[in-house]
Parts: sequence; structure tokens; C-alpha cells
Amino acid sequence: MLYTKELAYAYPGSLPIRFPEIRVGAGQSLLISGESGCGKTTLLHMLAGLRRPSAGQVIIDDVHMTGLTSKEIDQFRGRHIGIVYQQPYFIQSISVLDNILLSPYATQHNEVENLATRLHVGKVLSRYPYQLSVGQQQRVTIARAMVNKPKVILADEPTSALDNKNCSAVLDLLLGEAQVNQAALIIVSHDDRLKSELKDSIQLNSIQN
Amino acid sequence: MLVKIAWKNILHKPLNTALCVSLLLFGVAIISLLLLIQYQVEQKFDRDLQDIDLVVGAKGSPLQLVLSAIYHLDAPTGNIKLAEARKIMESPMVDNTIPLAYGDSYLGHQILGTSPDYLEKYNAQFLEGEMFSKSMEAVLGADVAKKSGLKIGSEFLGTHGEVSQGHVHEESPYTVVGILDETNSVLDRLILTNIESVWQVHADHDGHGEDDEHHDHEEGHDHEHHDHDHEHHENDNERHDHDEGGHEHHHHGEGEDHVVTEFERDSMEITAFLVNFKTRMAMLNMPRIINQETNMQAVIPSLEINRLFYMIGVGASTIRLVAVGIMLMAGFSVFFVLYGRLENRKYELGLLRSVGYRPVHLFRLLVLEGLILAAIGFSLGWIFSRVGLFFINTRVENDFNLHFEALWVPGEFWLLLLTFLVGIVSALLPAWQAMRMDVSAALSKN
Repeated sequence: MLYTKELAYAYPGSLPIRFPEIRVGAGQSLLISGESGCGKTTLLHMLAGLRRPSAGQVIIDDVHMTGLTSKEIDQFRGRHIGIVYQQPYFIQSISVLDNILLSPYATQHNEVENLATRLHVGKVLSRYPYQLSVGQQQRVTIARAMVNKPKVILADEPTSALDNKNCSAVLDLLLGEAQVNQAALIIVSHDDRLKSELKDSIQLNSIQN
Repeated sequence: MLVKIAWKNILHKPLNTALCVSLLLFGVAIISLLLLIQYQVEQKFDRDLQDIDLVVGAKGSPLQLVLSAIYHLDAPTGNIKLAEARKIMESPMVDNTIPLAYGDSYLGHQILGTSPDYLEKYNAQFLEGEMFSKSMEAVLGADVAKKSGLKIGSEFLGTHGEVSQGHVHEESPYTVVGILDETNSVLDRLILTNIESVWQVHADHDGHGEDDEHHDHEEGHDHEHHDHDHEHHENDNERHDHDEGGHEHHHHGEGEDHVVTEFERDSMEITAFLVNFKTRMAMLNMPRIINQETNMQAVIPSLEINRLFYMIGVGASTIRLVAVGIMLMAGFSVFFVLYGRLENRKYELGLLRSVGYRPVHLFRLLVLEGLILAAIGFSLGWIFSRVGLFFINTRVENDFNLHFEALWVPGEFWLLLLTFLVGIVSALLPAWQAMRMDVSAALSKN
């Protein structure tokens, strides 16, 4: 479903960071771990099409992301990629339900209640984001990432702000949703608690060549 | 969804919104109020002016003469001798003239002695009753009828001068014979009668010898001339200028019930008269001749009114400048609010990008917010201007007998455009910034 080839990114004025090859199939999951500052988030953003790589390719569902125009990338991301951030970002002025259905590519308008119930946020849809607990907020962002039935789910440190109980709950939900959607799940985290839970993992070295 | 977000964002920050909106509101309200008043004052002045070429009255301030003789907004400059006025009235260059004699008032409504031509000039239609045909018969303007409650056949007494506490002419009651339909002109506020009535009232009154007012002291023996003039208008105002021989007959026909014959001392007086000329040439020459060779003053009212508007205009444009300044400030405040919030909103904007919105959508979102602020500001400002007009009305209705309608003035369309322009322009730069933001950088900040 998703794989990368010779991916590299150079911030202005520094040496390029080279990334190992990544390959994740539909319904599979992968943990990418590493110290802070080793480029985990950069990698995730390149996979999401939010940042263009300096070299190499990202191929999702046989589409070469690097060959698309920025407009096509925005559309592709909207249709096929669901992103869960470390911090639960919201549009603060609109309700939880509207935040979940934020994407112009949201396809699950009818099923949003099922989705929310699966994620245990069915009862807070009419509230506003600031009225939720941290755990609820994180689950709402997962719901938002799922609302377009993504082929790829990208999660950036989804658990590092959570306690153990919430951590495994959120991980279970991510794995479960990836199964439901037959999506490729990639989690980027330095959270060691995840290593024991996920079979496949890649370690990024903090000092690249 | 974008419209919803824009709208909710504006509600979400009530203080920011209040700042932008209140500045826009004040700018819009002031400009709108100015437009409303200016437009209606000009309309009203135009309507009352009709096609009057010249006003002739006693020497004094030309503006005062115009304001008193045409608009009835000021005290008259004094009286003129009818004998002298007749020289002008009978000039071959003159198409028609309308004499005006002011004297009394009833409950603050001015009683104006004139000829039926005056009513015709304003296309007055009778709601009830008919034109005055004898002395002491009165026709009420629409507003007067409404406010005074007088009906056909009612009698009322004039009060000397315009002050309500003035001397009451108890000996000579007027009888209402007609009520006019609304004309939207100065006529609505007047009580109209013939010139002889005014003379008669003051002839009676003169006996008391306690008249200390500066104006309207009509008396005299020369009433034949006038009387003729009046009747003549009534019957046949097209053939006004010839038929000199007919005067005397008419006079004896209707003038007999007047008391005016008692007065043999001076010539009769009127307050002013309105003139229409046959040619434009006469309009240019006559004023000069009158001003130089007679004791009277001739004023071209349209020139005087233009001068007045010019003077008012200087004040109005100052206020307008202030208002435009406020609008500019409002524009800056919209700009600062949108721009200042950009930093706080970068996560929200990044989030929008990451769920599939394009940069152009973010651009639209911010411009939309500017537009919504402008729309709220305009709507509230528009309402405020109407509220302001209401308060202005309560004052000017009593002081100047003016009433402003809360209409939609043509200039307000441009004001609406200006407001939207302010909203859009001030949102452009923040919108541009939002469009160009680096989403990845915004979202990877820990």
C-alpha cells in the first residue's frame, strides 16, 4: 500500500537526512521510533504530502506522490490519508461533530455516530473541543482521521501525552480502525510502550550520515 | 463548511469582533446618516423650489428672503408696498407672479395669504372641500389638518406672529373651507387663505394699537389693485398679463365683504412675491433692475440655495472625512485582528490543510471573515443611522418643520460597497499569509 524509495530531506543549511526504505501493506502496521530530532516528524510529513522530499519517492496505492502537483497532493491527502497528530489540533470554535466532519472529503457522514461510538466519543459530539478530556480529544482526532476511509493512517506520537491505560486504549483503537478500513498504519513515536505492542518497527538513528 | 467556520470564528472571539464591528458601525452610521439627511434636504428643497425664477421681497438678507418666502423656515425680511410690487408684476417680461402675505399663525402653523396659483404651483389636490373664495376662508395643508384636528367648517383664530403666545385676533375667526392632500412640499405645513384675509385681520387688529412685531403690519387703501390681481389669478391665470380693463369689475364683484376699504392711509403691503419670467434673458436682467431701482430685493432662489448647500456641504464633508477616517481605522482593526490571530490560528489553518483544504480555501476563509465583519458592521451601522435619524427627527420636526424618512438612499449602495471593500482589502494580506503558510512547519512545532 505504501512504500518509499531512497527518501531524503535536507533542511536549508544542513546535511540531508536519509531515511530507510519503508514498506507497509493494507491492514498492516509499522512503528517508526527514534530520539527527538532525528526527523521522525519530517518523515511523517513527507509521507502525508505536507512536505516535499529533497530526493526519493513516496508511493501510495501505486501513486507516485512526488510526481503530483501541490493541488493533486492536497486532494490525494484529503481523500486517502488520515493523520493523527501528537497534539490534538481542533478548530476551537466549532463543535466536536463539525471537527470530525471537517474534511471536504469526509465520506462517513451517515456513519459518523457509529465511528464515534466505536471510539467512545459518541456522547460528546455536540460539545466543543475545549470541554473534552485529553483522552477524549485524542480519540476525536482519530475519528477525524478515519472519516474519509483512508488508505493510509499516519500517527505522530499519538500516545506520548497519555497515561498507560489511555495509551493502550488509543493504540487498540488505531489498530482496530486500520483493520476496519484495511488501511496501512504508520505510527511515529519515541514512546517505548508501543514497541512491545507492535510487531514491525523501524529505528531511526539520531545521527544520519 | 468554510462559511460555518468563518462565522463561528467570528462569534468565538467576541471582543475582537466587537472592536472591528464597532469601528465599522460608527463609520457606516455617520456616513449613512449624512447621506440620508443630505439627500432628503436637497430633495425637499428642490421640491419646494418648483420652478420659481425669482423671489422679490423687502431688502435684507437674500438667504433669509428665500428661506422665508419659499421654505417658510425663517422670519420674513419685512414688507413691500403693493404699489411698488405691481410695477414688477405687470412687466411684460413676467409670465406670472404669486403674492405672499404673512401674518399670523395657528398653533404654530403659519397662515399665508396668497392666490390660488400658489396651490396650483405645488399641484395641490383637495382631499375635502374647496379653494378659498372669500376673505377669512382658509385651506389647510395636510400636516396642519392632521395635527390641528380642524375639519371643514371649523373656525379658528389666528395668533399674531409665529409665537404661540402671541396676540390672538379674536375679532376675525377663519373658517376652514378646504383640506389639501399631502403634497410632500411646504404646502403641507401651511394654512392658506387669500391676501385680503391677512389684511383684514390686521386691519381689525391695528385698532388696538399694540402691535409690536416687526413684520406684517398690513394696512392701506390700495386694495383695489390687489384684489383685482387675486381674482384674476383665480379665474384665468393664463391670460394674466393683458386685460387691464377687467380689474375694476372683479374688484367690485367680490371685494365688497372686505373691511379693507376703511384703509385709506398708506398703500397696501405684501410680504413678498414669487415670479416666473417669460424668458431666461429677463431672469438675468430683472433682478439687477429691481435691486438697483426699487426699494425691494430680488433673489434668484436656486442660486441662493446652491450657496447654502455649498456652505452646509463644507461642514458635511468635514464630518464625512472624519467618518471615512473611522472606516479606515476599522479597516486597520480588521487587518490587525485577522493578522494578529494568524499566529494563534496556524494550527487550525494547518489542520485544515492536512484534512484536504487547499491554500486558496484558507485565503477564502480569511476574506470571508473580513466580509462577515463588514456585513455585520454595515447592518448595525445602517440600523444605528436610522435610530439616529429618529432622534434627529424629534428635534427638527419642532424646530424646522422637517421630517426625514428612513429610506434607502442611493448613496448607501456605494457605502455598502465601500464597507465590503474595507472588509476585503484588510483581509487580503492576512489571507495571503495564510495561503502561503508552511503547513509542515506549523504542525511540527512541539
